[in-house]
Amino acid sequence: MAELIAKSPCDGLLPVTVGGMSLTEEDPGAMWAVAPFNGEDKALSQALEAAHGMAFPAANRATGKAGSRAVWFGRGMALLMGPEPDAKLAEHAALTDQSDAWAVVRLEGQGAEDVLARLVPVDLRAAVFKRGHTVRSELKHMMASVTRTGPQAFQIMVFRSMAKTLVHDLKTAMEAVAARG
Amino acid sequence: MRITCPLCGERDRREFYYKGAALVRPAEGADLDVWHGYVNLRENPAGPLDELWYHEMGCNSWLKVTRDTATHEILAVQLASEAGLGGET
Amino acid sequence: MRLPGKGLNQGAKPITFAFNGRHMTGLEGDTLAAALLASGVHLVGRSFKYHRPRGILTAGSEEPNALVTIGTGGQQDPNVRATQQELFEGLEARSQNCWPSVERDVMAVNDLAAPFFGAGFYYKTFMWPAAFWEQLYEPLIRKAAGLGALSGEADQDRYEKAFAFCDVLVIGSGPAGLMAALTAGRAGADVILCEEDSRMGGRLLAEREEVGGKPGHAWAAEVLAELEAMGNVRLMTRTAVTGAYDQGTYGALERVSHHLPRRHSLKGSHLPRECFWRIAARHAVLAAGAIERPVAFRNNDRPGIMMAGAVRAYLNRWGVAPGERVTIFANNDQAHRTARDLHDAGVHIAAVIDSRHEAPDGGPYQVIKGAQVCDSAGRQRLESITVRSVKGEEKIQTDCLAMSGGWNPSVHLTCHLNGRPVWKREALAFIPSEGAVPGMVAAGACNGTFSTAGALREGAEAAAKVLEALGLKSSAADLPQAEDDPYRIAALWAVPGKGRAWLDFQNDVTVKDVKQAATENFRSVEHMKRYTTQGMAADQGKNSNVAALAVLADATGRTIPETGTTTFRPPFVPVAIGAMGAGAADEGFKPQRFLTSHGESDTRGAHQVEVGLWYRAAYFPKPGETNWRQSCDREVTLVRNAVGICDVSTLGKIDIQGADAGKFLDFLYTNTFSTLKAGKVRYGLMLREDGFVMDDGTTARLGENHFVMTTTTAAAGQVMAHMEYVSQVLRPDWDVRFTSVTEQWAQFAVAGPKSRELLDGLLDEEVNGETWPFMGCGEATLLGVKGRLFRISFSGEHAYELAVPARYGESLFRELLKRAEAMGGGAYGMEALNVLRIEKGLITHAEINGTVTAFDLGLQGMMSTKKDFLGKPMSTREGLMAEDRMRLVGLKPVGAAKEITAGAHLFTPGDSVERIYDQGYVTSAGYSPTLGHPIGLAFLKEGPDRIGETVRLVDHMRGADTLCEVVSPVFFDPEGDRARG
Repeated sequence: MAELIAKSPCDGLLPVTVGGMSLTEEDPGAMWAVAPFNGEDKALSQALEAAHGMAFPAANRATGKAGSRAVWFGRGMALLMGPEPDAKLAEHAALTDQSDAWAVVRLEGQGAEDVLARLVPVDLRAAVFKRGHTVRSELKHMMASVTRTGPQAFQIMVFRSMAKTLVHDLKTAMEAVAARG
Repeated sequence: MRITCPLCGERDRREFYYKGAALVRPAEGADLDVWHGYVNLRENPAGPLDELWYHEMGCNSWLKVTRDTATHEILAVQLASEAGLGGET
Repeated sequence: MRLPGKGLNQGAKPITFAFNGRHMTGLEGDTLAAALLASGVHLVGRSFKYHRPRGILTAGSEEPNALVTIGTGGQQDPNVRATQQELFEGLEARSQNCWPSVERDVMAVNDLAAPFFGAGFYYKTFMWPAAFWEQLYEPLIRKAAGLGALSGEADQDRYEKAFAFCDVLVIGSGPAGLMAALTAGRAGADVILCEEDSRMGGRLLAEREEVGGKPGHAWAAEVLAELEAMGNVRLMTRTAVTGAYDQGTYGALERVSHHLPRRHSLKGSHLPRECFWRIAARHAVLAAGAIERPVAFRNNDRPGIMMAGAVRAYLNRWGVAPGERVTIFANNDQAHRTARDLHDAGVHIAAVIDSRHEAPDGGPYQVIKGAQVCDSAGRQRLESITVRSVKGEEKIQTDCLAMSGGWNPSVHLTCHLNGRPVWKREALAFIPSEGAVPGMVAAGACNGTFSTAGALREGAEAAAKVLEALGLKSSAADLPQAEDDPYRIAALWAVPGKGRAWLDFQNDVTVKDVKQAATENFRSVEHMKRYTTQGMAADQGKNSNVAALAVLADATGRTIPETGTTTFRPPFVPVAIGAMGAGAADEGFKPQRFLTSHGESDTRGAHQVEVGLWYRAAYFPKPGETNWRQSCDREVTLVRNAVGICDVSTLGKIDIQGADAGKFLDFLYTNTFSTLKAGKVRYGLMLREDGFVMDDGTTARLGENHFVMTTTTAAAGQVMAHMEYVSQVLRPDWDVRFTSVTEQWAQFAVAGPKSRELLDGLLDEEVNGETWPFMGCGEATLLGVKGRLFRISFSGEHAYELAVPARYGESLFRELLKRAEAMGGGAYGMEALNVLRIEKGLITHAEINGTVTAFDLGLQGMMSTKKDFLGKPMSTREGLMAEDRMRLVGLKPVGAAKEITAGAHLFTPGDSVERIYDQGYVTSAGYSPTLGHPIGLAFLKEGPDRIGETVRLVDHMRGADTLCEVVSPVFFDPEGDRARG
């Protein structure tokens, strides 16, 4: 019997290295949108803590750690990245599988902040945008989620179908930043 | 122009979509004239105006923004979900 | 002429460059203007209208005359200010607006015809006949008048744009700006200091004066070193702040590589030419300095006549004396420094002419007080001036006249939010009105404070004010000692007399033109500006505005503040369109959305079309097919006869959950969804609040509180925003959550009589009419992968839509095609999909065009009378249900020319083809291979009541004129047995 073959969003597009910066595709594991129902915020956060060891993130924040993270994803929503959500969460929140919906890349290296300053209209400098901080904003013309994962590392997400544009726009900015030396 | 989203903080205008005046929706059984006013008639003040903006390229919040149309000064921003615009149901 | 030992560029290495093909040598750090003056070149260009010889007037971005072209072809930059362009090895610059050469310019005859070319000349002369304007007059004028030209080739340079953020944006790095940045930086504020010059320091680089007991430039260097070492201060040179916008947003243009040899920005290198910054600053200190203004006198535009402050800059910064026998003409004390500095450097001062009787004496050179320069002479360079005093007129031999009519504070940015500058009488200048730009404080010369000590003090004070607002503590200002001379000036705008005296050098506007405007009653400064074009050139009248309105004030018998200024608008300096649109070339224009099947479709030679941001396969040509129609007909037929596969993932998919999900859908849709059984799909119609149709689509109920909605591809984003609106603004208490899953699922239509057979073996379970009835849905395992199956049809055939997580999309598409092809089927694209749905009378956004009601579509039965829904009150308006509305029908041709085109209009045969007789229009059309003739969908007045009638179809755009029979919009299988069976 034939078998379906999985393909990642940035298949054939990454990695890219420019100057001291690298752009790689992340394998985030499962990704589920978690949106607490009316009045369930607290109960959900407790359930999340019990099942996955992290609280529901406040606005503009991510909780957890690499491999098991809850990233604030907009009004009343977090994206659980890594584990499949515990069934108990469904009592308190709408759970929606988004494992295939987003291209997830990692931009790392000296100059990464400058690259994002060319694409994202939000202040992402280390002094104000620290590890564990996240924003929903745009990257060039695309709805994006940007999370700082390290001193010079960012996790960047856009819709899966836009992976090629994401790589194009990031690579162009990386080249321009690198050219300035 | 920059708008302070109650959730995301201050953001560039480019992240927002503008709808128009923030009006309270008439009750379901309201007279057609009232609906006509709600759908079609608008004040056009040179001064403060309650408006609806959508943080489309951000957190997806609809916002009630009070803006001075003459100076573009933003006087207040509130989540539209807390603004009581749905009217009687 | 370069003076050894003078200037701040001691030990700089020589650089060779070329001007108009002539090779010359300058020094590193020179501007092109400095290097030209050092080489004795004064004639640089020809003026806009009269083609007068022009030289270098200033030493900054306000330069009106010395505009050159650099580069050729796709790298040609016209109108580059020689006073800003930095020298680099191999730089080649050319004069503009002259032919065959700048020395011998044929169009200089214009100057002889000058009496005819005054203000309003074009308006009065080229009026008749009207048709001549575009064909003859305008091209002629454009050829004769003008500045630099574009090459006409695509721009080969890269540009970029970027965002920056700070607590305090300091604009300008003269004494005021440096002091502000230093004060703010030391207090820990997040500071950006922008300077349009390549080197920071402002006038401190151009003057010979001490600050804090050391040369001004040395003090500046120390401050800059301190600022550079601070982590919280960002220094941006070559960056001009171009505009002030709402809530502390500023535009700034950084010239990134104009100062580097061209190869650095060529393909292969990624260095941008320019970067356009959007800076969000909580506060700003405007320390933009001032621009010296010329005095209008006869022939004041001759090469060699320069601004006095610019002459000092060339001398003190670049060690260049612009003449050997210099005269100075001024109405203020400051300009006397030019004489002092030149004299100290060993340059002969022929005379200082000061319009004031009480002018200071100065050094060991002649000062003629209470006198005016009233004319100049010289062919392509100044040779002499005529001085008029109480003693009469006297000619003085001179090769450089340094003039100064005082200084205009650079208030431009304070006017960008509609602020009006105020007249400061003692300074004879407009200064910023306070609070003109919220959060911005002006300091130093741009605020009308012209001494260095005053600038330092105001810079520190401005920073302290800003720091207080930021809640930061500033240490007491430690102000260095500096020059604190009073600014002594007496009004002198234009020297009376005959002949042409220039105000606006770049647009060739003279005193006479402004007076003529006043005579012809263009008394408002805004009217005068437009009538004379004063201030409308690329320099925006930076040198000329105030003098021009002073002349206008005089001519109209008003004061200057009564006359007022024109409005300064962004940008402060010209910004290349390439910089504003940076990143939008080619693939950067907009995001491209690719389906998981895209690669496989490409492999099969599919013709891809853009559908919004998406790329979809239009058709899949087979060998031997020479046009799209052949492919389309075949694809339609294979769906009707066997089975076709189409990627339908672009349709919006929205996952909806929550206790009030059903109630929410009942409110969104005209029909009822709360009664839909789990495992079933229903077609729904959505209205806007005004009662017109917004969108349609199917919604499946997956569980008690779980639905998945599909929207049209076109309206996916609009529907999502609408749902957020309804949920947040109108019904915030309802417990419903939704999120887009469009990208999560790759979804394929499997359509045709053999579709069920195709699914055999693909699904873990048996597929039959009981497990998967028409309009059934549910989870299904496809080749071991958990997916979803919907038995819905957009083709009228027995059909399914299969959804799998997108990672498996490509693989499933291949598998489906393999199976379909083995059964005589295959892939079908957008063209076939469109024909299939037209055959069935199914609508898309070609029909849902914003003017259409449910009634027009024949779907009034879907509007529930038992519940409220969004748009219901307005949809009951009489006019929205009128019988004579244009309503959906089908069309088939009966005439000789069997053609139906979308966009064609319909008329009753016999009626004149005029708009008032318009009966309707065609929305969708195609050739039906199933029926063997063209078909179309149309909106026709009283349409459903006219079935069987003949209408005339006219399409002027495509030359179609044919008769059509009005038929039911469902052309094929009206009972729907094929889809249900």
